Amino acid sequence: MIEITNLVKNYGSKFAVDDISFRVGKGEIVGFLGPNGAGKSTTMNILTGYLSSTSGEAKVGGIDILENPYEAKKLIGFLPEQPPVYPDMTVDEYLNFVYEIKQCKLNREKHLTEIRMVTKIDDVRKRLIKNLSKGYRQRVGIAQALVGNPPVIIFDEPTVGLDPKQIIEIRNLIRNLGQNHTVILSTHILSEVQAVCDRIVIINEGKIIADEKTENITRVVEENRKYSVKVCGPQREVQAALNGLAGVVAVEATGERDGDSYTFQIEAEKGNDLRKALFYAMSERNWPIIGLEAVGMNLEEVFIKIMDADLSRKR
Amino acid sequence: MLAIYKKEMRTYFTTPLGYVFIAVFLAVSGFIFAVSTLQSQTSDLSGYFQLMIFGYIVMIPILTMRSFAEERRAKTEQILMTSPVSITGMIMAKFLAAFSMFGVTVLASCLYYLPLFKYGEPNVAKAAGCFIAMLLIGMCFIAVGIFVSTLTESPVTASIGTMGILVGFAGAAIFNNLIDTYLIRYVLSWISIYSRYINFTYGIFDIAATLYYLSITAIFLFLAVRVYERRRYA
Repeated sequence: MIEITNLVKNYGSKFAVDDISFRVGKGEIVGFLGPNGAGKSTTMNILTGYLSSTSGEAKVGGIDILENPYEAKKLIGFLPEQPPVYPDMTVDEYLNFVYEIKQCKLNREKHLTEIRMVTKIDDVRKRLIKNLSKGYRQRVGIAQALVGNPPVIIFDEPTVGLDPKQIIEIRNLIRNLGQNHTVILSTHILSEVQAVCDRIVIINEGKIIADEKTENITRVVEENRKYSVKVCGPQREVQAALNGLAGVVAVEATGERDGDSYTFQIEAEKGNDLRKALFYAMSERNWPIIGLEAVGMNLEEVFIKIMDADLSRKR
Repeated sequence: MLAIYKKEMRTYFTTPLGYVFIAVFLAVSGFIFAVSTLQSQTSDLSGYFQLMIFGYIVMIPILTMRSFAEERRAKTEQILMTSPVSITGMIMAKFLAAFSMFGVTVLASCLYYLPLFKYGEPNVAKAAGCFIAMLLIGMCFIAVGIFVSTLTESPVTASIGTMGILVGFAGAAIFNNLIDTYLIRYVLSWISIYSRYINFTYGIFDIAATLYYLSITAIFLFLAVRVYERRRYA
């Protein structure tokens, strides 16, 4: 459904997108992951025809967006980074405007009602957009992208500004959309792509550094085990005891105190789950563990991991 | 394109902008009308129209300043540019919306002419010619305003920039009388919107001037389209 080939966008000597190629099949949900300024939005803007590329091509449904923008744009629903909503319109007026500008042929009343229902904005339909909260505005932006039921939907950071309950709702919505739409969404939140996407494309400094099925990336992430543990006991001795455990690579005292407990960061060997050993070691010495949790990797660490993996594969 | 036109027209009336324009226009034109015809005891409208050109310099930018600058500032242009609408269509829709507002207001101000029939015998054909010329001049000014609005993110900058260009257009005739060098006079007379209007005040419907006004409009709208096309590549 989407084909991007050798896409380059540079502003002078600064490459925002540097030779990117990937394909997205019909009905796939692809997560576009990367830190801020990685080139996610630029790629999406090119794909939707808002910007042009310096070289390379972007095709949607087999139609080149630069050569035949008119037909290509009909296939796309797009939520930009900032929802493109007019503050002086009511939600209803706005959706009707979008319906007209997209030359939608579906039954107007029925289609728009359906969209208001799935994005849960029906209760604010008569209100001016400028009076809506950020979360509602974001959902109006999402609603806008769904008008006309386009086969390709592109979301640039769809869950920004939503509260946790809304985030879950929007994720469910995206997952449902994936059943009969092709969806690309960008985010810098790792758990979000894990929750929603079939495939993850990781981009950094304008280059694709990984393009994998979600399970594969998750595996890379989970091989690395880090724990944060809270133990009530004398700090130095506890640290020494933790260091003595089999399978421990590093122990670090965070200096955090909570009553009479100290918090330590433990890094374990690959594939070694040492939570049980940790428990017995501490209980032997009568130092109660009052907190133990696995520390998730953040995006930077995932990058480093994936880039390391990438390098070692090349060697 | 129709969708954008409708949206623009609605925006004029859901924000104060449209009302401010209509109010300022009717107040200024009413004042100029009273001074130039009733007070001077003449039923000839050409003097009124001549002064109104200078009124347009201040009023037209109110109408056009927001059209693209505001969309750019609020990032709403993204929905326009990622929808199946051509850039030309988008610019024409905004231009026509501004021109409709202007045209309707100018028509409304025609009510002023009625008292003239009571006190004199105005030359209707001549007034009609002048009136059409005024619509054409307004059209040029709107095209300039739309063009300047595509250049900036700030409506205020757009309106001041538009006024600057319009002062140049209208003032060229004045400079023309002060300068001796043939070449400069030639260039100035080429851009002088004002001096081309003079024929209309003599009761001549000047086809050349009409074409000139239409060309100026087309040039500025074309430039606006180019700005948008270029921005995509920048």
